[in-house]
Amino acid sequence: MSVSHVISSGKTAGETGGRILRYTLGERVHHWLAAFTYIYCLITGLAFWSPYMFWLAVLVGGGPTARFWHPWLGLGFALSVFWMYKMWHRDMLTTDADRRWSKAMKHYIENDDQNLPPIGRFNYGQKIFFWLMFYGVILLVISGIGLWFVELIPWSLRWLRYLAVTVHVIAALATIGGFIIHVYMGTAMVRGGFTSIIRGEVTEAWAKTHHRLWYEQVTKGTSAEK
Amino acid sequence: MSQATLAIRRISGHAGTAPGAGVERDYQVCKLVDTTTCIGCKACEVACLEWNGYTFSETVFDNSYQTMPETQWNYWNLIKFNEHEREDGSVTLLMRKDQCMHCADPGCLAACPADGAIVQYTNGIVDFQQANCIGCGYCVSGCPFDIPKFNPKTKKMFKCTLCVDRVSEGLEPACIKSCPTGCLHFGSKDDMKDLAETRATQLRENFGFEKAGVYDPAGVGGTGVIYVLHDATNPEVYGGLPKDPQIPWVVRFWKGPAKWIGNLAMLGGILGVTLHYLRFGPKQVDASSDEDGGQP
Repeated sequence: MSVSHVISSGKTAGETGGRILRYTLGERVHHWLAAFTYIYCLITGLAFWSPYMFWLAVLVGGGPTARFWHPWLGLGFALSVFWMYKMWHRDMLTTDADRRWSKAMKHYIENDDQNLPPIGRFNYGQKIFFWLMFYGVILLVISGIGLWFVELIPWSLRWLRYLAVTVHVIAALATIGGFIIHVYMGTAMVRGGFTSIIRGEVTEAWAKTHHRLWYEQVTKGTSAEK
Repeated sequence: MSQATLAIRRISGHAGTAPGAGVERDYQVCKLVDTTTCIGCKACEVACLEWNGYTFSETVFDNSYQTMPETQWNYWNLIKFNEHEREDGSVTLLMRKDQCMHCADPGCLAACPADGAIVQYTNGIVDFQQANCIGCGYCVSGCPFDIPKFNPKTKKMFKCTLCVDRVSEGLEPACIKSCPTGCLHFGSKDDMKDLAETRATQLRENFGFEKAGVYDPAGVGGTGVIYVLHDATNPEVYGGLPKDPQIPWVVRFWKGPAKWIGNLAMLGGILGVTLHYLRFGPKQVDASSDEDGGQP
């Protein structure tokens, strides 16, 4: 990361109330592209999933409209996730710090954060979520193309039709599980996270509490430059 | 097209009872296709197009008399021609009129997610309502006979209606009306089964077709189109008529247990994070080095 992370003007890193750039504009844009397209596919997908949720299709223009856009926005979601992969895949590799942290994950879940080993830019849970969505979207796109052009799958290979349904459902449910936890943690549980993915900044205290290794790396880098 | 049963129950301002009141009527309708007397003239193909208002489609020649490889969204009735080599080495031409089978347990209907896009009338006719169809193609995965077809222009699914518009007015389907050999019959399911069994017995006893029989597959609860076959033990040779058609178990699982497992899991996830919040609440930022309490 070569961008200057400490962005509070007139203050040096480590000074009280300093703010740190956590997500660049590009990262934020791609996050929200992914969020918008995923939520659209979630609403329309749930409508196709159960008759009790078919009314959701009405919210987005009716069944045929929902059916028309679902695969296209699904492709949009896939592209934005692949772009995230390009931006973040190095940050998302499991490190020794992650292994230590994952053993103490119980403390994280119980908000007993002082007993957690320090962690880098993303914690192990965030990394699991990233890879869940990455592999999930690959399966969703492949099976989704099968569902999209189901008539082009010849009758003799009809097991592919059934496989497409199975894979699409399982992958969708897995991503929905991750999505529920992701939204909960980003908004309610880890305060400041939601603001950071909108405006890009976190406070130094936030960085120190939640991602100490990243904080140290970023502040050391900038103070060395200054 | 939804006037499937037009027997009158009550009549306003009418002296006496309604005609036919109290009479037991069998509304299960059925087409009987006797493949042993089909001559492959394709009159039924033309009649189907005529009645349903479609123009003739481009034919695809594949070294047989068959019009095209399979039915299309605007070509619901297709004679399948199959050169079949008997055990003694002689060759016979098997001809089977292929169309929607109007299953008693329709896989298309089980798979369909759109409210009211597929209906099954009490007379057994399974009909697509294009006004409600969203064009998702799930019915393609549900059908054990590969019948529903997609119209790419309107993005709706189409198939044989069993001429529900004719049947509800007391007429026989267009294909039946056009058949010159009498190999096509139409009537109540019971009558057609009787007729089919009589013909199969005749074939076995008088014509030497020892394996002749009736095709009315139990795996889909019986069908609204039944066949008399020269060899009922091997329906596959009649252009891929499945021996034991079933709604695919994936479709059954997807539309049955998977739905409830998935819904409970999603509900459980939402409940889980809610309980977590009530029990543990938000994380606290260590404010010892930061006066604004970590609020960005």
